[in-house]
Amino acid sequence: MSFAGARLLHISLCVLAGSLVLCGQALCQSAPPDTPPSPATDLVVKDTPDDDGGSVTLSWSLSADDKGGAKDVLSYEIRRSKSPDGPFTTIKKVLKGTSSTTDEKKVENNVDYYYQVVTKDASSETPSAVAGPVRAHVQWFNLGRLNTLLITILYTALLLYFISRAKKGEKLFVRRIAGLDALDEAVGCAPEMGKPALYVPGISTISDVATIASVNILSGVARTVADYDTRLIVPNFDPIVMTVAQEVVREGYMAAGKPEAYREEDVFYVTSSQFPFVAAVDGIMVRERPATNLFIGMFFAESLILAETGASTGAIQIAGTDAIAQLPFFIAACDYTLIGEELYAASAYLSRAPLLLGSLKGQDWMKMFLIGCIFIGLVTLNVGFAGFKSLFDLPLTIFR
Amino acid sequence: MTLETFSGTFGLWMGAALTLCIFSFLYKDNPFYRFAEHLFVGVSAGYWLVYNYWNIVKPNLIDPLREEQWQYLLPLVLGIFMLTRLFPNVGWLSRWAIAFMIGSGSGIMIITYLQSNFLEQIKSTLVPLDPTGQPWYVVVNNVILLVGVVSGLVYFFFSKAHTGVTGRIARIGVVFLMVSFGASFGYTVMARISLLIGRLYFLLHKCVGVI
Repeated sequence: MSFAGARLLHISLCVLAGSLVLCGQALCQSAPPDTPPSPATDLVVKDTPDDDGGSVTLSWSLSADDKGGAKDVLSYEIRRSKSPDGPFTTIKKVLKGTSSTTDEKKVENNVDYYYQVVTKDASSETPSAVAGPVRAHVQWFNLGRLNTLLITILYTALLLYFISRAKKGEKLFVRRIAGLDALDEAVGCAPEMGKPALYVPGISTISDVATIASVNILSGVARTVADYDTRLIVPNFDPIVMTVAQEVVREGYMAAGKPEAYREEDVFYVTSSQFPFVAAVDGIMVRERPATNLFIGMFFAESLILAETGASTGAIQIAGTDAIAQLPFFIAACDYTLIGEELYAASAYLSRAPLLLGSLKGQDWMKMFLIGCIFIGLVTLNVGFAGFKSLFDLPLTIFR
Repeated sequence: MTLETFSGTFGLWMGAALTLCIFSFLYKDNPFYRFAEHLFVGVSAGYWLVYNYWNIVKPNLIDPLREEQWQYLLPLVLGIFMLTRLFPNVGWLSRWAIAFMIGSGSGIMIITYLQSNFLEQIKSTLVPLDPTGQPWYVVVNNVILLVGVVSGLVYFFFSKAHTGVTGRIARIGVVFLMVSFGASFGYTVMARISLLIGRLYFLLHKCVGVI
């Protein structure tokens, strides 16, 4: 490009830039001045229901410029004061489109508060009318959990009723569970083969229902094993479960009249890490070659590793767990599996303890009640009445 | 080579060697696997001992007691009761601690179970079966859901023998259970394969560098 050409281009660019500046100024001069957004209206403040105090719930109608109008609302600012005349301090900000929130920022119980919702756009703001006074209170009763309370009372009443019947010596029918026949056969195989039996009570804590059921089953297994003069190996993941397991196995041997056959070193703690525990139990399975492997309790990702290793040693394997994600692996790799509630039923069936039998009966009646509720709910729902379904909401909203 | 580089490289090769030791179990039990197994168990037991002290005993017992929150003496006493098992004469005291743990644990869990297994179960099963206003496949899906829930519940009913009508409904329940277990099995196997891929990637990429 020649010098003259470059100069011409430079002049053209300068003219263009000058035109743009002028244009911009003209636009600025013709734009209307910024108008404040319309305020939020119908502000309602009330104590947050069913809580332990320290909270106020606010709701309002959106500004006319939020969603509609100028559509320039960016946020709402919640302001609070102990006097209707202020001064108001900002508590929190919520985004446009929000029409309710709760204030939980150092709200004192039984103190009057006044609130304002300030609608904000890019450069201006409009406060709403002041709402209040409102006081936060502690509620003694959470009405949102009323359905849970009623169900708990019903369940407890059923349990107590059936437990009392069982304690009076009434014979409560519980159907035979197929897995229990397999359990007896499996434990009986160990002495015939001159090998020990292995019992893994899961890898959860003693407060887990599955572990409690497992300990009950262990009691029956220990008695059977003692009858057959067989060794029972019980590796433990949790030290407290180990303590309980030692107690239960010792009692099983005593009940069988062979306390001298009990070996405390066979009921031992391994580690509380999942996969090191599995590595150790796998090692026991391939070295001790138990004739029977019982995996009963709560299991996680290690279930298939345990069951596959046990299957490779040729042991008879019975599993039982209520861990839904692990059941498929046990079903695939074990000879028999106690599925979910069968685990609890098995412990009741084996021990015949009134407490467990009564609990099992109570649970069965609760299942009947559940099926009944489903059928009533379906009928009412399909004739257009949804009120029955709302009785099972968590939290319950029909009182609000 | 700096100390950091050396420790990083050493740790990497240790990880690779121990991974291969554990994998060797796929062939059969051997001294390499036993070495890795014992190391794994020992290290993890030691780790959990230290972890439990710093994350459970200290913040939940020692620190509150230092702040003179004397109500924490109760768990301390129960904890000491657990240790009485070491002394046969007073070993029976440990049963009190065990009873407290089992009782409180069950009491807390029962509310959660009733909410999730009862109230939520009912609510989720109450689905519209009326074909007006919704596609036919939604209605079919809802019917399958209903039959599956009711027949599954009947399968887990222990107060009646599985004979006659009860037996036939329970059989349907078993079919539903097995179908869901099959789906769950396939889903989890996929996740396990990704774990294997992760281990192989560690060996072949970080250690050997061939991929």
